[in-house]
Amino acid sequence: MTTPADSTSLKETPLSNEHRELGGKLIDFGGFAMPVQYKTGIKKEHHAVRTAAGLFDVSHMGEAVIRGERALEALQRLITNDASVLVDGRALYTVLCRPDGGIVDDCIVYRRTSTEYWIVLNAANREKDMDWLRQHMPAGVQAEDLSEETALIAIQGPMAAAVAGSQSRSDLASVPSFGFIDAEIAGVPCMAARTGYTGEDGFELACPADRATELWRALLTAGEDDGVVPAGLGARDTLRLEARLHLYGQDIDETTTPYEAGLGWVVKLGKGEFIGREALAAQRERGVGRKLAGFRVSGRSTPRPGYAIADRARGGDPHIGRVTSGGPGLSVGAPIGLGYVETGYARAGTQLVIDCRGKDVPAEVIKGPFYRRAS
Amino acid sequence: MSADYPEDLRYTREHEWTRIDGNTVQIGITRFAVEQLGDVTMVEFPDEGDTVTKDEVFGTVESVKAVSDLYAPVSGKVARTNTPLADTPEHINEDPYGEGWLLEIEMSDPSELGELMDAAAYEAFVAEEEA
Repeated sequence: MTTPADSTSLKETPLSNEHRELGGKLIDFGGFAMPVQYKTGIKKEHHAVRTAAGLFDVSHMGEAVIRGERALEALQRLITNDASVLVDGRALYTVLCRPDGGIVDDCIVYRRTSTEYWIVLNAANREKDMDWLRQHMPAGVQAEDLSEETALIAIQGPMAAAVAGSQSRSDLASVPSFGFIDAEIAGVPCMAARTGYTGEDGFELACPADRATELWRALLTAGEDDGVVPAGLGARDTLRLEARLHLYGQDIDETTTPYEAGLGWVVKLGKGEFIGREALAAQRERGVGRKLAGFRVSGRSTPRPGYAIADRARGGDPHIGRVTSGGPGLSVGAPIGLGYVETGYARAGTQLVIDCRGKDVPAEVIKGPFYRRAS
Repeated sequence: MSADYPEDLRYTREHEWTRIDGNTVQIGITRFAVEQLGDVTMVEFPDEGDTVTKDEVFGTVESVKAVSDLYAPVSGKVARTNTPLADTPEHINEDPYGEGWLLEIEMSDPSELGELMDAAAYEAFVAEEEA
């Protein structure tokens, strides 16, 4: 069962009081008191995001800005993806790696101008990431932490663009996926990015912390008739897993590499020198011993992080891996999960068993997202 | 709080309720347990005819967020199970003391009932757990 948040030791977001008033159940997430769900529960919030839209407070996430003439050069050394392809108003997903190829964090990099890039990173890694960025800034490039003064609200779901657009004079509908614009929404200045963590269309809106309540309330009111609801971290987790988006600290961390995690597509070995390049090039050459596999379970038992993955038909040790994420697959129709398995077991169609608290539950390896929105 | 914890039921420290009718005890999980768990996605319990032993695990209840063991409030034989819950586990959230019941046990030792709490005692117990 969930541990209730001990509000005395946890950080608040600019929207914590809104969550309390909306009946949010607050828990500790990355050191922040965050709503895991509101009154109606995770299931209804999940389905609301798939059919209408949900409003998420993700202000716990960190925001950094890198400024300077050599900002791109600095960034290129830190990230595995190639930011030189970005134009103003475009963003990309990437990871930051250690020299040994382990993942420091995953993040989205936004090019505002050729000398100013934003990075949105994970709450739990904020201080570590800021240290990492600052350690690697060449002369004349500054990395600044904007997390305290910045709130981040995600509106996600098929109605998201229409609801956010109804509160703005800017043409939000024409912002492409992984594009962003500066826009006033409900009178609040925002950086509105067409990104998200749910597998649905939507926006992530970065705004000044002291204007977050205004924006939050305006979007909830504007979306009320369309079925827009506040949604917590519980729904965020079930949604992101169906879209097969990784969660740092579970599916990826400093002991896993992008190739093991199925994130080879964000590693651009040909772009020039970057931290971890040598180790990753060697791993690519040699191949990986384990891979993050997605699987679908037969029956209704939900795989949970830490459960063993096994091949009972194999002689000797049947243990072939471990679950890193699991969920009920509310829009998939069966419980689903992710876990690292020996490479030979990561092929689509491979039959596995998950040891769910001493009971063997059959599962099948699935390629790609478990859920794809109709486009 | 009478709506949360009906007066006619008896409760356990594992947050199960019992409805006693002669030698038969109907059991389920309390509203407090339901609220802690959130949306239930699956419940597993023994078959009719199996025996259960007081304070031992007889099944599990899974929600979106967590999985919890179910502990038998009394010993005896399983007389009836709420099989429709396999398709409608949400009944446990919507109506924990009615349609969300789990099973009925034919008691082998009615003296075990003496250890159960009444509604007031259970409410005080919950208040302590929450504090």
